[in-house]
Amino acid sequence: MKETPEQRAERLRAEALGAPSISEAEFQTRSRRAFLVAGASALVGAVGWQWVTNGPTDDRLPAVLRDGHRLNERLWRSLSSPDRLAPTFAASASEMPRVNGRYGLRGPFAPDAWTMRVLGPDGRLLDVLDLDDVRALPKVEMTTELKCIEGWSQVVTWGGARFSDFAARYASRLPARLPYVGLATPDGAYTVGMDAAAMGHPQTLLAYEMQGAPLTPEHGAPLRLATPLKYGVKSLKRIGAVRFMDARPQDFWAERGYDWYIGH
Amino acid sequence: MADTPPDVPPAGRAVQKHPRAVRWMHWVNFPLLTVMVWSGLLIYWAYDPYRIGWGETTLVKFFPDGFYEALGLPRQLAKGMAYHFFFGWLFAINGVLYVLYTAFSGEWRHLVPDRFALEESVQVALHDVGLRTTLPPQGRYNAAQRLTYSAVIVMGAVMVLTGLAIWKPTTLAWLTALFGGYQAARTVHFVVTVGFVLFFAVHVAQVVRAGWANFWSMVVGYERVRPTPAADPFVDGPAVPASVVPASAPLAPDAP
Repeated sequence: MKETPEQRAERLRAEALGAPSISEAEFQTRSRRAFLVAGASALVGAVGWQWVTNGPTDDRLPAVLRDGHRLNERLWRSLSSPDRLAPTFAASASEMPRVNGRYGLRGPFAPDAWTMRVLGPDGRLLDVLDLDDVRALPKVEMTTELKCIEGWSQVVTWGGARFSDFAARYASRLPARLPYVGLATPDGAYTVGMDAAAMGHPQTLLAYEMQGAPLTPEHGAPLRLATPLKYGVKSLKRIGAVRFMDARPQDFWAERGYDWYIGH
Repeated sequence: MADTPPDVPPAGRAVQKHPRAVRWMHWVNFPLLTVMVWSGLLIYWAYDPYRIGWGETTLVKFFPDGFYEALGLPRQLAKGMAYHFFFGWLFAINGVLYVLYTAFSGEWRHLVPDRFALEESVQVALHDVGLRTTLPPQGRYNAAQRLTYSAVIVMGAVMVLTGLAIWKPTTLAWLTALFGGYQAARTVHFVVTVGFVLFFAVHVAQVVRAGWANFWSMVVGYERVRPTPAADPFVDGPAVPASVVPASAPLAPDAP
């Protein structure tokens, strides 16, 4: 049977007033107790906040939050399959990205004399390569979204060699597959640490082309990293050295308070 | 007292209003939401393109430099991200627990809008701004409250989902695509944040209006019942039914 407006009003009223009730004395007791619990909880919260914000730091970040980054990293590494590809776009949707970040690019530089050192975990030099060595690897083009840690993003077309192909060719002398790769600019002023899973991903390139043309100096000529799996800060420009490592490599921005992993 | 339903407690007693779990989750959410908005602003500062306007005309810029300076927000992107991705989990967990609690305890009956909610919310709003004298029937919450308290839960879910879509646009690429892409998800995330801030402003204003008994019931869980004052014979108006009501209900039905 359909409820009349009067029945509905009565039902609503009963819903509000039909709840259990207590005496005035009991209300007073509960009020006092609630006051104390609320005060104590606020105090606990304030102390906890102080503990987080003013406690020990780890690379310019409260240690608790650094641990939070590590926990998040473990969670998301376990959730993301190494085969999952970042979304790709039509090349026609791509554009020349803005220039952002000149760390490691500031000193005098002679592109023709550029070489890239390949190092083992102990720092031993495995190879010194030039651009032709990288160009000799199968060329891959991809159009992906470059996401800056600042929040902006642009669709960019990259051309280069897969890092996995590069590693297979030039790091095959290493005794085992190592969990990390460290990258540095020739002057060592900018560094990036990457996990092997992201480096071995098919969309992680040693890029020598952007928008179908050779890289310009401000975008990292002659060779840079390009990967849609991390924020742009990890796509190091003007690679001077690649080092396969068994410990977490140095990372410019991680030392300045950012998450080391920042994986997408 | 023949017209007083037997289940209505007599004056001098206090009626249960907010279960303990809801009170805890409500008050835990307050600092969590504050931390999320604050750390979100630290992040947003690094790329702050949003505005209300058209062409060259900007009505509202999010945000003017003075806003960031006044709140001490600039140049703390790394810090903002660290807080956001830590406290975001607590915010999400608290929200999920709230939804589970209200669903399984039956509390949702007081909160979910019924089919009269839209029209009655307009009436409540008109009443609250003084354009209407009477209020539609209501239970523990009026129609506007039901709509709002349900909307903020949906907003919280959208915040968590868009947040995940921006945070993990490769691992959760389907989610990012669902919101129309990376930048679209970021825009939704921002707009809903503005919605939360507006909700907070109205919520606090209405709590102040509703008075102390209503506020305190969110701490202690109970609200005193008091007799309805007799209708003033010198003032024209609808006769007030002789019964007892919670202090904040029909007298200040806009209790948030």
